[in-house]
Amino acid sequence: MSQGVGVVGLYVRDQEEALQFYVEKLGFHVHTDARNGDYRWLTVQHPDQPSFQLGLFMPQPPVLDEATAQALREIVAKGAMPPLVLVVDDCRAAYERMRARGVEFTQEPVDRYGSVDAGFRDPSGNGWKMIEARRDAGRA
Amino acid sequence: MGDGALTRTPDRPLTGMGRGNKRGRERIGQPPELLRRLLRAKDRMDAASHEEWPVPRLARVSGVSEAHFARSFKEAFGVPPHRYLLTRRIERAKALLRDTDLPITEIAFQTGWNSLGTFGRTFRDVTGESPGELRAREKAAGHQLEPVPACFLSAAHRPDLKTAVLEKRRQDADGSMSGSQQMEVS
Repeated sequence: MSQGVGVVGLYVRDQEEALQFYVEKLGFHVHTDARNGDYRWLTVQHPDQPSFQLGLFMPQPPVLDEATAQALREIVAKGAMPPLVLVVDDCRAAYERMRARGVEFTQEPVDRYGSVDAGFRDPSGNGWKMIEARRDAGRA
Repeated sequence: MGDGALTRTPDRPLTGMGRGNKRGRERIGQPPELLRRLLRAKDRMDAASHEEWPVPRLARVSGVSEAHFARSFKEAFGVPPHRYLLTRRIERAKALLRDTDLPITEIAFQTGWNSLGTFGRTFRDVTGESPGELRAREKAAGHQLEPVPACFLSAAHRPDLKTAVLEKRRQDADGSMSGSQQMEVS
């Protein structure tokens, strides 16, 4: 595939902390880590998804004015950013693995009509649903 | 509107009222670290809304003093913690009414009420219909909502409780507003 969405970014409160979380606790790889003064372009990638990068960005000057950056930090910390979905083969196994690594789960795995989902947050407050699709979902 | 219950917090003006007081003052937000910890209390209520969540328990989850918790929570999320919990319980009850055939008594019990009477009264105050009426209506409408993850779907159907339930009862008695509209008016 040569066309499509390449990068979607999250706002995080601390890029080092976010990097540790997404790499060490979730198993992502670093794709790009480029600094320019205070600015750091940091993206990570799911090992099974080489065409997509998840950006871990700081809301900060000079890209944003300080008041806007502060407002965004508050919004992220309140968990008010849009939903994120991580698709997994086995939700319960991933839950056990991630919980052992210290991931903050907001919802234990729950069965819903054959699919299983759990909820967790990154250290900044971004909320993820982790979903194991229904076995027969491939036909949809 | 403009009565004491909703306007007594001077640093959160409602719909433009009191803007003059703020002129020339910096907007002082809450520290993101505090908000992140308050979010933890909200998450815990989300995860177990059927449990009792007295302020000391929530304050402990957030690492905030009991004296400051309720005010900080309301400032962060726009509703007091107990009212937030109420919306979550009603949301769950609505989902159970819609998606299961559990008896209403059982649903009341599962969603954290000790008395069927309180459940039914609160449910009607918040949603404008009784649990039985909602169930009948939802069943008649059928299920068209499958493709959205259930968790997000239920958030979208969360009652928008911006006024206290008692306040709402009083407004109903006054006949000042009608139907579900008033839940959106604050």
